[in-house]
Amino acid sequence: MVEALQSIIPTVLFFSAPLIFTALGGVFSERSGVVNIGLEGLMVMGAFVGIVFNLTFADVFGAATPWISILVAGLIGGVFSTLHAVASVSFRADQVVSGVAINFLALGIGVFLTKQWYGKGQTDMVTEPFFRTDIPLLSDIPVIGPMFFKGIYITSYVAILVAIISWYVLYKTAFGLRLRAVGEHPMAADTNGINVSKMRYIAVILSGVLGGLGGSVFALTIVSNFSHSTIVGQGFMALAAVIFGKWHPLGAMGAALFFGFAQSLTVVSGSIPFLEHVPEVFLLIAPYVLTILALAGFIGRAEAPKANGEPYIKGSR
Amino acid sequence: MTSNNKLFAILVPVISVLLGLLAGGIIMLSFGYSPIEGYAALWNGAFGDAYTIGETIRRTTPYILTGLAIAFAFRSGLFNIGAEGQVIVGWLAAVWVGLAVDAPMYIHLPLALIAAAVAGGLWGFIPGILKAKLGVHEVIVTIMMNYIALHVVNAIIRDVLTDHSTTTEHISGSASLASEWLASITYFSRVHYGFIVAILAAILMWFIIQRTTVGYELKSVGFNQHASKYAGMNVSKNIMLSMIIAGGFAGLAGAMEGLGTYGTISVMSGWTNLGFDGIAVALIGANNPFGVILAAFLFGALKEGAREMPTAAGIPTELVDIIIALIIFFVASSYIIRWALTRFKKEGK
Repeated sequence: MVEALQSIIPTVLFFSAPLIFTALGGVFSERSGVVNIGLEGLMVMGAFVGIVFNLTFADVFGAATPWISILVAGLIGGVFSTLHAVASVSFRADQVVSGVAINFLALGIGVFLTKQWYGKGQTDMVTEPFFRTDIPLLSDIPVIGPMFFKGIYITSYVAILVAIISWYVLYKTAFGLRLRAVGEHPMAADTNGINVSKMRYIAVILSGVLGGLGGSVFALTIVSNFSHSTIVGQGFMALAAVIFGKWHPLGAMGAALFFGFAQSLTVVSGSIPFLEHVPEVFLLIAPYVLTILALAGFIGRAEAPKANGEPYIKGSR
Repeated sequence: MTSNNKLFAILVPVISVLLGLLAGGIIMLSFGYSPIEGYAALWNGAFGDAYTIGETIRRTTPYILTGLAIAFAFRSGLFNIGAEGQVIVGWLAAVWVGLAVDAPMYIHLPLALIAAAVAGGLWGFIPGILKAKLGVHEVIVTIMMNYIALHVVNAIIRDVLTDHSTTTEHISGSASLASEWLASITYFSRVHYGFIVAILAAILMWFIIQRTTVGYELKSVGFNQHASKYAGMNVSKNIMLSMIIAGGFAGLAGAMEGLGTYGTISVMSGWTNLGFDGIAVALIGANNPFGVILAAFLFGALKEGAREMPTAAGIPTELVDIIIALIIFFVASSYIIRWALTRFKKEGK
């Protein structure tokens, strides 16, 4: 049992980190009342920028390259998401439609520029991805050490840390209260002197930053290059995690960890006795079936923020 | 005012498409390509000769059906991201019937089509019933159903339909939509009779939505669930029905590929993207069945034409994806286009 956990937990953390980042982005955006179907596209953009920056600057920054790459990817993700903000906040676009456009645009730009710059459909493999590491001292703790601190990616812990910070920001600060107010009842918020558009812009841009981080972490830990098939559905999984986690940062993190766990089943099934003889297809669909069952069984009705998806038009009732 | 609205409903997509193409031209210029060469290649790739016209129609056919699948659900306020999975199970069901059943064409072909629609409908029914009875968000369930479809269908192809092979045998001719006559007039393109099915489906959607009580209720639920409930409508029944019909359309899109274009089904490593592209088709088509046909045609032509761009003008095919994304943005931001149009009108007076 302990051995099984020692092989499962690092894999869970490994698979869930990108989902945690991106889902948190979704939470910020949707809490402010802007639906974000574009998470997939934001991840694509993040993965593209992360890989290209890494390839270009690996010689300059050496071992620090992956860290700088994800920061740059977050930055560009934020800039890219302003498109969604402009369309859905200022131009009162249907937010679902605008999000779908983000998805198409990111993939189009990413692959188009890849072909421009590299002359083929995918980039080279990066030389400076993230590597598995042992955390000194902590990894020497018996039993728990190998489970949580041996052969892990530090980005996984950064993701969990960001989730806790997000919870603090959203629920314990005035900024977070305003952000949520704008998503629940924009008119009341406006009456209280909160600038609805500004809050929504900030929230959408934050979701771009986090989506960019998520995409680049995915690219730099799991695949190591960029092509049209680098991000296929992870953004939608993150969206599912947002809803599964009931639009709460820690809930979304929990959902992302759960997805990571379910995905790790296929990877580690060989080392767990009772899973060895289960046909692979059952393990492959397990995460999705379990999610549906969980939602239908005990998570139940998920209530979105009240004003989610509605553009705020000043003066209208 | 209403005639004004109708005018806008037509003008906005048209202007969006023009703006999208204009932006595409600017992008080509800024990367040192000639927009004229680029668009000439795009045009030739889509309509250059009988073969490309045939292929454009072939490509348009499933887009019409997935567009309908999303538009129909949208009309009752549901977002069907699950068209992708519904396409996949529909494809499998059609090919399965095509392989396993032995019957004359007038039974076999309809049977295969019905099987595809039923499979897709079933895939839509699950999120529908969960939404209706338990309030589970349809977006999340349809996303999950997509993955389940992908993995289950792959396993069935490998272990049931074939002996660990990646592609099934060709379906028997009595279930095939392919036509030697259509192929011969289009220089052996893969165009097939499916486009008739797709257009009939669009007419069916128009009829249900505009001319039946069922359609009236579906729309009503889309506008306001509470009001519909007070008016005595069964909201959960309508939600389920809407998802089943939407799934049926998407399942038929799978049949177009299975019975028409390929005649087989292969293990898939990723999405067909027919379902996801259908979202864009529905949006550009303003969720109107005839709008969907036009949008699907635009989509089919752009995607087919893009294949000519690398060879004839050296431009990566993805430029078309960027153009499509921009068109969607412009459609989405129609408020700004309307605003500009009204300003323009006022100044003209």
